Amino acid sequence: MIQARLRKQLGSFRLEAEFEARAGVTVLFGASGSGKTLTLDCIAGFRQPDEGRILLDDAILYDAAAKVNVPPRERRCGYVFQNYALFPHMTLRQNLEFAVEPLPRLERHRRVNEMIDKFKLADAVARRPAELSGGQRQRGSIARALLASPKLLLLDEPARGLDAPLRADLYEVLRQVRAEFALPIILVTHDLDEGCQLGDEMLIMSHGRLVQTGPPAGIVTQPASLDVARLLGQYNLLPAEILQLDPQRGTSLLRVLDHEIPGRYYPGHFKGDRVWLCVRHSSLSARPLEGRLGPHEIAVTLQRTSIRARGVLLEFEQGLAVEAAEADNRKEWAVAFPPSALHVLSK
Amino acid sequence: MSIDWSPLWLSLRVAAISTLVSVVLGVALAWLLAHRQFRGRDVLDAGVMLPLVLPPTVLGYYLLVLLGRESALGQIYESVFGQPLVFTWQAAVVAAMFHSLPLLVKWSRSALESVDHSYEWAARSLGASELRTFWRVSLPLARRSILAAAALSFARALGDFGVTIMIAGNIPGQTQTVSVAIYDAVESGNGTLARTLVIVVSLTAILILTLANRISRPEPAEASK
Repeated sequence: MIQARLRKQLGSFRLEAEFEARAGVTVLFGASGSGKTLTLDCIAGFRQPDEGRILLDDAILYDAAAKVNVPPRERRCGYVFQNYALFPHMTLRQNLEFAVEPLPRLERHRRVNEMIDKFKLADAVARRPAELSGGQRQRGSIARALLASPKLLLLDEPARGLDAPLRADLYEVLRQVRAEFALPIILVTHDLDEGCQLGDEMLIMSHGRLVQTGPPAGIVTQPASLDVARLLGQYNLLPAEILQLDPQRGTSLLRVLDHEIPGRYYPGHFKGDRVWLCVRHSSLSARPLEGRLGPHEIAVTLQRTSIRARGVLLEFEQGLAVEAAEADNRKEWAVAFPPSALHVLSK
Repeated sequence: MSIDWSPLWLSLRVAAISTLVSVVLGVALAWLLAHRQFRGRDVLDAGVMLPLVLPPTVLGYYLLVLLGRESALGQIYESVFGQPLVFTWQAAVVAAMFHSLPLLVKWSRSALESVDHSYEWAARSLGASELRTFWRVSLPLARRSILAAAALSFARALGDFGVTIMIAGNIPGQTQTVSVAIYDAVESGNGTLARTLVIVVSLTAILILTLANRISRPEPAEASK
C-alpha cells in the first residue's frame, strides 16, 4: 500500500494532494496540466516535494519533517513512461536484463525468460525498440518495470496516442498484471472511459488538488461538485430551484428551464435553494412532441444534432443535451427527466 | 626541393593526444556540469569556457607563468619526467588542449543534456546507480554527438598557433607544428612549402568536417522512431 501526502509549488502551480492506494488499479484522472504526472514523479523520486510524506508498505520514501529522501533507484517504484523509455541502443532482451543486473547470472536468465513468456515477447527479444510493434514496445516496457520487483507500479498515460486495437491490448495486459502481481498500480489518464474500465478506485485531480475519490461507478453517477461534473464532461448542468421538499415521501419539486418537474428528496438542501441540476446526457430520454406532456417531461426546441461515436447528441435550448440512438430533425421535443437520475449540486 | 613533412606528423600527433585527453576530461566535466548541483558550478562553467574568448597570447602568457621552469607546476613536472614541460612537443599538446577542451565540454554537455530524460529516469527507477546510468544509458545515447565533437576538436587542435608559439616555441623538428611551419615558410619566402602545407591542412579540415557531419547524423533505425 502506498500512502502519500504531497505539497509542491512549481511557479504559480501548486500541487496539494493526500491519498492512499492499495493493491489493484487506482486511476489518477484529470485534465492536462492538473498535476497528475508531477504526482507520479514525486512518488518515484524524480522530483522532490516541498513538504509531505510518502510511505510504501512500511518504508518511508520521503519525509520532509524527518529529512528523509530515498533516491529513485532504492524506492522500488516501477515506472512506465508515456514514451515507454525502452533504451533505443539495446535489444529488448538487453533492456529486460538491465532491470535484473544485480542478480546472479542464472537467476537473471530465469527471471527474464519467465517475463518473456508471460508477456508473449519471444519474437521480439532480439530486436531493438525501433523495430518493435507498438504492442511489443508497450508490453516490453511493462515487463521491464516488473522485472525490477517493484512494490508499486506507476503508469503515465500509457494509452495516449494509441489506436483502438492497441488500446484494447494494453487494457488486457493491465488486467493480467493486476491479476498476477499483487501490487498497487497507479494509472494516470485523462480518458474517463479508460479510467472507468480499469480502475478499482479513482482519484479525480483538478488544478493540483484531489477533488473526489472513490470507485469509478460512484463518481460517475454522483459527481461531488460542479468542478468534477464539468471535468467528467457528460452531464447536463442546469440551474434549478428547489420548490418543495418532502422527506416523508422522499420527493421534491424542482423548477428547471421554466418547467416544474418532480425529483428525489435531497438531504442537506432547503426549500428555495438555488442549485445545479446534474443529470447525465444518457439518463434523459427525448421524443418528438406529439400529444400531451407526461408528468416528468418538459417541452423544448431542438437547436442542433451532433454525431457521436455511439449514437447522436440532441442539443436543445439553454444547454440541455440528450443522447439518442439516431438523428431526427423535428423541432419540437419532449424530454423526460426520471426523478431517480436527478442529482443536485450546491451553487 | 624536398618538402619537410615533420611539422604535419607532429601536428597530427599533438592533436590526437590532446583530443584523447580532452574527450576523457571533457565528458567528465560535461557530466558534472549537466547533472550535478554543487558550489562553484558556475565558476567552473565559466572557467572552462574562458580559453575560447581570451586572446591566445594572453592564454599563452598565463601558461608560461603557470608551467614555466620557475613555477611550482613546472618544477613538479620536471622532477617527475626529468625534463621541463615548456618548449617541448608535450607543451604543444597542452596548448592544443586549451582549444579542444572547451569545445568538447560545451558540445558533450549539450549532447548529454539532449538525451531524453525519461531514459535516465527509467534506468534509475530500475535500480541503476548514477554511474551505471551514465555508462550504460546516457553515454551510449550521446555517443554520436560526442564523437562528432571529438572530430571537430581534433581539427581545432590541429590549427593552434598562438598558444603553441608562446609555450612550445618554434623549434624545427621538435616543436614546430604545421601552423607554425606555415608562418615560418611565409616569413622566409618559401612559397612552395607554405602552399603545400596550406593545401594539406585545408583538405584535412574538410575531411574531418565531412566525417563529423556523417557521425552526428542519426542511424536510420533511430530516426524512424
